[in-house]
Amino acid sequence: MLQVLALVAALALVYRPLGDYLAAVYSSTRHLRVEKWIYRSIGANPSAEMRWPAYLRSVLAFSMAGVLFLYLLQRIQDVLPLSLGFTSISPHQSFNTAASFVANTNWQSYSGEQSMGHLVQTGGLAVQNFVSAAVGMAVAIALVRGFARTRTGDLGNFWADLVRGLIRVLIPMAIIGAIVLVACGAIQNFSGIHELGQFNGGSQHINGGAVASQEVIKELGTNGGGYFNANSAHPFENPNGLSNLFEIFLILVIPFSLTRTFGTMVGNARQGYAILGTMGLIWIGFVSLMMWTEFHHGGAALQEAGGAMEGKETRFGIGASALFSVSTTLTSTGAVNSFHSSNTGFGGGLDLLGMMLGEIAPGGVGSGLYGMLIMAVIAVFIAGLMVGRTPEYLGKKIGTREIKLAACYILITPALVLGFTALSMGLSTPPDSMLNVAENSVHGSGAHGFSEVLYAFTSGANNNGSAFGGLNANTQWYNTTIGLAMLLGRFLPMVFVLALAGSLAEQQGVPKTAGTLRTEKPLFAGLLVGAILIITGLTYFPALALGPMAEGLA
Amino acid sequence: MNHVETTTDLPEDPMPTATATRTPRGGLAGPPGQAAQPGRVTSGLFDPGQLLRSLPDAFRKLDPRMMVKAPVMFVVEIGSVLTTALAVTDPGDWFGWAIAGWLWLTVLFANLAEAVAEGRGKAQADTLRKAKTDTVARRLTSGGGSALASAPRGTSSAPRGTSTAGAAEEQVPGTELRIGDLVVCEAGDIIPGDGDVVDGVASVDESAITGESAPVIRESGGDRSAVTGGTKVLSDRIVIKITTKPGETFIDRMIRLVEGAARQKTPNEIALNILLASLTIVFLLAVVTLQPFAAYAGAKQDMIVLAALLVCLIPTTIGALLSAIGIAGMDRLVQRNVLAMSGRAVEAAGDVSTLLLDKTGTITLGDRQAAEFVVVDGVREAELADAAQLSSLADETPEGRSIVVLAKERYGLRARHEGELGQAEFVPFTAQTRMSGVDLPDDDGAVRRVRKGAAAAVTGWVTERGGTVSPDAREKVDGISAAGGTPLLVAVDDLDGPRVLGVIYLKDVVKEGMRERFDELRRMGIKTVMITGDNPLTAKAIADEAGVDDFLAEATPEDKMALIKREQAGGKLVAMTGDGTNDAPALAQADVGVAMNTGTSAAKEAGNMVDLDSNPTKLIEIVEIGKQLLITRGALTTFSIANDVAKYFAIIPAMFAGVAGYEGLDTLNVMHLASSQSAILSAVIFNALIIIALVPLSLKGVRYRPMSADKMLRRNLAIYGLGGLIAPFIGIKLIDLLISLIPGIG
Repeated sequence: MLQVLALVAALALVYRPLGDYLAAVYSSTRHLRVEKWIYRSIGANPSAEMRWPAYLRSVLAFSMAGVLFLYLLQRIQDVLPLSLGFTSISPHQSFNTAASFVANTNWQSYSGEQSMGHLVQTGGLAVQNFVSAAVGMAVAIALVRGFARTRTGDLGNFWADLVRGLIRVLIPMAIIGAIVLVACGAIQNFSGIHELGQFNGGSQHINGGAVASQEVIKELGTNGGGYFNANSAHPFENPNGLSNLFEIFLILVIPFSLTRTFGTMVGNARQGYAILGTMGLIWIGFVSLMMWTEFHHGGAALQEAGGAMEGKETRFGIGASALFSVSTTLTSTGAVNSFHSSNTGFGGGLDLLGMMLGEIAPGGVGSGLYGMLIMAVIAVFIAGLMVGRTPEYLGKKIGTREIKLAACYILITPALVLGFTALSMGLSTPPDSMLNVAENSVHGSGAHGFSEVLYAFTSGANNNGSAFGGLNANTQWYNTTIGLAMLLGRFLPMVFVLALAGSLAEQQGVPKTAGTLRTEKPLFAGLLVGAILIITGLTYFPALALGPMAEGLA
Repeated sequence: MNHVETTTDLPEDPMPTATATRTPRGGLAGPPGQAAQPGRVTSGLFDPGQLLRSLPDAFRKLDPRMMVKAPVMFVVEIGSVLTTALAVTDPGDWFGWAIAGWLWLTVLFANLAEAVAEGRGKAQADTLRKAKTDTVARRLTSGGGSALASAPRGTSSAPRGTSTAGAAEEQVPGTELRIGDLVVCEAGDIIPGDGDVVDGVASVDESAITGESAPVIRESGGDRSAVTGGTKVLSDRIVIKITTKPGETFIDRMIRLVEGAARQKTPNEIALNILLASLTIVFLLAVVTLQPFAAYAGAKQDMIVLAALLVCLIPTTIGALLSAIGIAGMDRLVQRNVLAMSGRAVEAAGDVSTLLLDKTGTITLGDRQAAEFVVVDGVREAELADAAQLSSLADETPEGRSIVVLAKERYGLRARHEGELGQAEFVPFTAQTRMSGVDLPDDDGAVRRVRKGAAAAVTGWVTERGGTVSPDAREKVDGISAAGGTPLLVAVDDLDGPRVLGVIYLKDVVKEGMRERFDELRRMGIKTVMITGDNPLTAKAIADEAGVDDFLAEATPEDKMALIKREQAGGKLVAMTGDGTNDAPALAQADVGVAMNTGTSAAKEAGNMVDLDSNPTKLIEIVEIGKQLLITRGALTTFSIANDVAKYFAIIPAMFAGVAGYEGLDTLNVMHLASSQSAILSAVIFNALIIIALVPLSLKGVRYRPMSADKMLRRNLAIYGLGGLIAPFIGIKLIDLLISLIPGIG
């Protein structure tokens, strides 16, 4: 509880300065020298305004180049230096990993310390951790500009937004963060694999590596791809309670602060607070529920242990693990410091539901904000009518075109999640991936096995990247389908977000009157929470009922 | 005086420009007794018998080609076909038949809602058709045209029929008239088509269109020249130049409008349909993917159950009622004698943020009223009042009458009649003299002359008779002018010589309740701008008194146009009323342009609504109806979506009851429904019945009161959001209780 308070206090402290700083970064007309070098080298004119198709083309071109590069890097790892002797990665796993890191998902169907060398980890994956986060922020900023600007189709310049996000935001913050983590005890070196003897006679391989630098952007950029398979449960990544809290802070700091940026850029800070309130309410609600279900779970062994300790690090305990798992699933991070598969049935359900909401409370860097704004558009459309005006949000009319784009956006993830899960369940082979298949041969592995598959696709399509555990996802089927889910789940929504931004920016603003729906009021924030929960809940209710609910109610 | 005497010899009140909101005409409105209370959007009565009468139409609408226009209900229809087919394959299963039956009823109820809404329009259209009997037109041949060209126009005093009397006439059916034809109509004739009076003046019975039985004047030239086909000339003779083709006349358009044949989906309706379609796709996904999940759980589902689940989840309530809500919105306007030429205009009315209101007739009573007698030079008030009354006895103008009334109310002076005053010789008011008065000879033969009238006229009269107007009087006249009033001087010439007794303060009287009305509008976020031809000073005084937000004084049509464009440039939607030809550009420019039916055909063409009562105050009601339409849509959408929560709680546990490993799901059966089958059936029945239950609401519209957006949202969310969550839990439980009474089910 104290940890939650400390966390909220820390977030509140940096909320305004960071949010305003971000607004200044993306509104500034000045270019730093290092930025000018970058623009010159990539041949971009950072002052040229882009309309939404141009902006989108740049986003897609840049990201596809990233996928190709990462794919090649893994495929030819064996002939490159710093490979630590690891062989090249299989085509489907390379595709999956490349898609995963470019899509800001960081789903890992591999164990970092057993397959990826320093070059791939630090030169490939960590780089994508930075740029995929910067892409997310750029798209969010483009949408905010769509609301803020009138009678223009211009949304800013993608290359400028990308480079500024990296140079002025992510890299400086990551450097500070890495130093803090190292101070807490995370490792940062390029040493190889050390073999140590174990007490019981076996031997253990311990990898060195640039862990702290990757760890910090893993959280800050809501990526989640750990250096080690154990992710943030590994002592080299997350040494103690303090580093644990700091990592949660890193996960939440940019997504929450972006609401301030939004408020500042649309010229009404209270609009930002309303969005912040919506995100905060959901986050607090989930944290409370998670704590409750993890601490008060029935069963003699669990009661004895004071709660559901299975799959949790004793260094962190139940509270810090619950806090971490909620924060990581409500953002698109997907880093884990405990194993969600071992959560109680309801706990696992909360993790799932958190992702199903669309990673919007507060969500991924950038993607959280634009996802929430799309939900706000939908909520405004339904509720706005109830004040007797055709719907408008932030002075922009939500007409046929706008609702079409928003509706497409909200269709994508359910289609991917439910579609791929249904295919996986319907086809004969894939369920074999579920580890405990043998225990219950009649009905596969029961509700829990179903949750594993559902979780995998929910995590992929929502660009979370955390895994439920239990599912062997390194098969051709899962690598390919989850890879596709991640790419489509990341970039199709961006198409609609940018198209919506373009359409909004072209509009003339509608002046605010006493008859206008007040979207900066708590009432609207409450309404938005309700709309999000009901729409998501209705979409996934059958799936959730057959997975975590069946398990939790058993 | 600032009014103009009408020189026609017709007995009726020439122009009901400012009549108060009256009850809808009996012929065109729905059931009698649905009086439109001024100031509130009221609802039409809903007659359950309409449901029955519309049943055949509802069946006709089952045609898939028509259903496909409403995607949500189309999905239900497919579901109905599917479940029926499945029921046929297993005829012994009562459950399959029951579900199939109720799904068909769901579709039928939706069609019924639309048919009932349309049915009201059809009744109105039939009444209109009766008015549009085939008429024989008396067309003037080309000779008549040239004869007319030389005739004096616009002079109502011209001897009747002289101008075209010599022209040849031919009898042609009304349907053969072309634009530009000249036709003659005399007393008793039905006007064969829409047109403008080019010669003559006549009283016309327009009750076929407006439902208003009092005849109106139509005369050549000016703003009262438009006549409508199907109306009847009561007296005199007019020559009409036809301005519309047969089949496109006002009455034809009106018929098409009320029948809904010309109805197109409005932008917001299209947008809402898109959202509903996407929700339908989401639920389709949820249900289709449920089968493999269920199969994995070892509980493969019956197709009938899946179809039932799908129909319960997709937003059928709003999908079924959406089109009825739109039709009913237009219908509510028709009930108030307003014809909206497009649904878009009704929607825009809800969004209006600036109202341009003509001062006269809308904000103030049509005429100025005496408000005060101001004495000058120490004259006694009673003396002034007496003189004012005497001089106004022969003044039949509303202003003159108001002076008599004031004298009676304020000073207890009984109105005297002409006979009472013996030899008195009355001087009636004329536009030339701008004075009225009386000459009273006393017994000595001395004549006491009393006059009252426009300041300039009376000043002239006094000086002519050798008197002077004191500086005090001049000061008071100027003072009243400055305050926005109209000063009338009262003077007397008797034994004491000609002198001014005082000034009558004529004031524009702001209609009762206007200030409250404007306050309400302000709370709704609507700015009111008063348009007047008065000077800025006068305008400001009235604007302050009425409580409008802004005013446009000495307004010309160009000024109006500029004001509209300025507001629109700021993103605001503007509504206005107008009747003159010179209003036409502004009416076309405004987002909601309400043309008065008494206006010119140019104005009626330009506006997107026509008010048959020609009551400018109605603009406010139109805005309220627009808002009510949007609120009803939003409320039922919210209700429809909120309903789904309960349906999941009914159906999901029912689907997996008794499946090994999933017993826990029975906890979700919070309603404790009797059995799986009764649970699913109850949800389906509730889903169908709620449509019928909400038909009256969707036709009447959600109750609307002007209030701030915040309050309105809170209120509607509580009723339709929370209510929508809770109601189905109760409804489904009750239906389940009833069903479980049937033997063999519970």
